[in-house]
Amino acid sequence: MMAKLTPKQTRLAAIVGGLAFLAVAAGLALTALEDNIVFFRSPSELAANPAIPGEAMRVGGLVSEGSVRRDGLRAKFDVTDLAHSISVSYEGMLPDLFREGQGVVAEGRFNGEGLFVADTVLAKHDETYMPPEVAEALEKSGKYNQPHPREGGKP
Amino acid sequence: MIAELGHFVLVLALVVALAQALVPLVFLRHEAGSETALSFATRAAYLQALLIAVSFAALTYAFVRSDFSLMVVFANSHAAKPMIYKIAGVWGNHEGSMLLWTLILAAYGAAFARTAKNLPARFSSYVMLTQGLLGSAFLSFLLFTSNPFARLLPAPFAGQGLTPILQDPALAAHPPLLYAGYVGFSMSFAFAIAALATAGEPQDGRDNNWARWMRPWILTAWIFLTLGIALGSYWAYYELGWGGFWFWDPVENASLMPWLAGTALLHSALVAETRDTLKRWTLLLAIVTFALSLSGTFLVRSGVLTSVHAFANDPERGIYILAILVGFTAGALALYAYRLPKLAPDGAFQPISREGLLLANNIFLATATVTVFVGTIYPLVLDGLGMGKISVGAPYFNAVFAPLAVPFAILLPLGPLLTWRQGHLAPLRAYLAMGAVAALLLTAILVLLRGAASIMVLALFAASFWLVLGANLDLCRKLSPHRAKLWRFWTLPSSAFSAPLAHGGLGVLMLGILAATQWREEIVVAASPGQEIDIASITLRYDGLREIDGPNYRAEQARLTYMTGQHAGRYLFPERRFYEAERSQTTEAAITTDLTGHLYAVVGETANDKRVLRIWYHPYVAFIWLGAVLMAAGGGFGLRTRLRRRA
Repeated sequence: MMAKLTPKQTRLAAIVGGLAFLAVAAGLALTALEDNIVFFRSPSELAANPAIPGEAMRVGGLVSEGSVRRDGLRAKFDVTDLAHSISVSYEGMLPDLFREGQGVVAEGRFNGEGLFVADTVLAKHDETYMPPEVAEALEKSGKYNQPHPREGGKP
Repeated sequence: MIAELGHFVLVLALVVALAQALVPLVFLRHEAGSETALSFATRAAYLQALLIAVSFAALTYAFVRSDFSLMVVFANSHAAKPMIYKIAGVWGNHEGSMLLWTLILAAYGAAFARTAKNLPARFSSYVMLTQGLLGSAFLSFLLFTSNPFARLLPAPFAGQGLTPILQDPALAAHPPLLYAGYVGFSMSFAFAIAALATAGEPQDGRDNNWARWMRPWILTAWIFLTLGIALGSYWAYYELGWGGFWFWDPVENASLMPWLAGTALLHSALVAETRDTLKRWTLLLAIVTFALSLSGTFLVRSGVLTSVHAFANDPERGIYILAILVGFTAGALALYAYRLPKLAPDGAFQPISREGLLLANNIFLATATVTVFVGTIYPLVLDGLGMGKISVGAPYFNAVFAPLAVPFAILLPLGPLLTWRQGHLAPLRAYLAMGAVAALLLTAILVLLRGAASIMVLALFAASFWLVLGANLDLCRKLSPHRAKLWRFWTLPSSAFSAPLAHGGLGVLMLGILAATQWREEIVVAASPGQEIDIASITLRYDGLREIDGPNYRAEQARLTYMTGQHAGRYLFPERRFYEAERSQTTEAAITTDLTGHLYAVVGETANDKRVLRIWYHPYVAFIWLGAVLMAAGGGFGLRTRLRRRA
């Protein structure tokens, strides 16, 4: 049987216990963050500062016109911010609104030959939508004019 | 005309809400003014709710009649849309959804006004003036930055339509449920303010037992939030066609944080009520939970996060909501710091006791809230500092949640079994051993049937089994004196079912998540008609494609035939829909539901004259939503006990 604790001791125990727990949790969260964050890189950033093959990352831009080649389930296409571009390969089902000229974000890693092998390709369900990372990358490259909103665009 | 009426009553509602916030404050300066303050605030609360309801009805009318001279109707509706989505379109946009927000806020206010007389007048008045203050803040937000009745002249002939993925029955119900949850926590917030404002004051000779008064409102909010999140997850599962049920999307996290904090609040208020301890912590939690609900609204509505939820990216609105969030949170925390010394000191308790375990529950839930917060905010902060764009996804959350979930699930069933103040584990030994052995046996059977998995996964399975069994130990114990008469089951008070259902529901939910993520099978093929596809010991045949016309869309519909198994001869019809008015397309998954899992088929684009098909088998995935419904049902039983006791 445990000795009865005085109120003061209980409070102290609760505080010390709580703090210890919080420290463990913070450690857990920080290590998990360290291992699991994925950086976004634009084609221009990658041109200036090539990525290490095998490092997980997200890349994004517009799908270059005329670059999409499909072979069964495998698709190859270029993603561009209009200053630079990178070749992406993906095997699987592309999202509904994947098409040339559309803004996309691909998640994956570079292989040894400079080809970006994507695990997932994201495009949103609205044709005027532009992923924010892509919009910024295009803005930085300075070669992109804002698209015209669809007729009678949202006020 | 109707729209002008809607706008006009909204302005009146703002005036009434301001009066509800300020006038009682004047009367409350003297002890004798409490009754006057209360009767004024009660009437104001009713009137405010009525006015906002009229305004909401006016907007609904505009949507039903497709009045495209209203900007929101033009931008979010279309004449060729089924009636249910015209109505759901009212809250399928920023302005209308904020009007719904204030309507629910006012409805809670009016509901409280009905029972306000049962509580000390001074306390009730403070609750209602806080509600009035919240109402004024959100009504002015609506009127000044997001007027739903803004005109568009000349009126266009056709609207732009509602985003097709939002045209779905589950999504018509998702926002009202979620808001009823978020906004429900404004009640516990208002109670906390009232508790702080009246701390140390006599309350008509009654105990100032605010925790007891607060509990039914926390429960109500919690039930709605649980159902709202579950429905949103179910919608994402079948409508987005990605085959997942939770994406750790920042917007989802924004709803999970108030849920975690609210769950902690639910339990700490129980301690504060019964044992007169953890009061300060409970008050802090009540403030934080509502602040998280508000920041959920802020994150979603400001366009800080881009997702299907971000209707409009207008920085002015974001700043306004941020100001409301900071104002109310900082104000409440200042009051908290100022009035804290007035609260009676907390009582003491032993670690092995119901309070002790409820405290542990709170520590776990608070930690979980913080880890979600870190994972959600970190990318925003990093981006804001210009240190790069990152995404924090499922791997982070899995890595932090898995180790937290195991001890949490192990401790959870013990709480209801222990007595208050000083609990004893010894008399429970036989029950606990039985539960533990059964959980380990079930896990061992899984390993035999499904093969080995990682230690963490096995620990999670064992803990979930233990949770489902252990949650019902209390019920077994209560029934065991009547072993011969199982019908006694129905004579137990409804409070006896509350914790077993809610805790067992969490166990079921965890099992669903584990099974669906661990044993999921997926296949992507490019198929030509007649081709057979094997998945999860089922053979399907792709028969081909046809074009069909829906009410406001065209679709390509594929047909798959079950060749084997209990469904042999039946068809699956996955679709790709093209919405003309919205110029957009959606994927409609075809799902076969069995007790043991879902077969989930999606049709994609053409590849070399073949069709891309993606088929998943999601074992036991329905347990996830079943678990959530059980949890909400547990909350319902708890609420029932409350309301009966009061009557």
